[in-house]
Amino acid sequence: MSETIGYIMITVGVLFDVLGCVGLVRLPDVYNRLQAATKCVTLGTCLILFGVAVMGFGSGQNAMAVKSLICAAFVLITSPTGAHALARGSHKAGVPLWQGSVIDQYQEYEETKS
Amino acid sequence: MSTIMLVFIWALLISAFLCLYRIAMGPTPPDRTVGIDILGTIVVGFCAFMSLYTGKDYYMNIGISWALLSFIGTVALAKFLERRSFDE
Repeated sequence: MSETIGYIMITVGVLFDVLGCVGLVRLPDVYNRLQAATKCVTLGTCLILFGVAVMGFGSGQNAMAVKSLICAAFVLITSPTGAHALARGSHKAGVPLWQGSVIDQYQEYEETKS
Repeated sequence: MSTIMLVFIWALLISAFLCLYRIAMGPTPPDRTVGIDILGTIVVGFCAFMSLYTGKDYYMNIGISWALLSFIGTVALAKFLERRSFDE
């Protein structure tokens, strides 16, 4: 039972990983790539780690399961933080938006602040 | 059960190679940094998967340290892109 649940979670996670990397290749500018890749790959990797934890608890390998939960917590904390710092850094570095973009609220905020 | 494991390994390898394509071909430096960040997260998933495949738990130690080091590298590269000094 736990093995079936674990395999389903790992399958969905691997699917999210592959789709996030396709978005990383296909989308037009750095902010769209960051959006697609970070959210999809964070969810996919966390699903893989939770699936490994479920299968580890089911088969009695408690060390593997607990380390996998710790690793999932680290990924959930660090990946959005890194993406936020990266988006802010690339906006400050002056990377242009895609020409089809319609709104840039960070630019508007910077203009109202100064 | 071995077939589905092989399918997972090949899917993760294909995602890693898509990230390598973005690192090689990215037109601006932030694109390459995004690729490095995503590649680190995929390697963490691959470590978890290898831990399940071999039944050894020390692969998860590699995954935990890889997640933290990848985060530190991404934040350092983001600060470098923002052209701020490191002691700010």
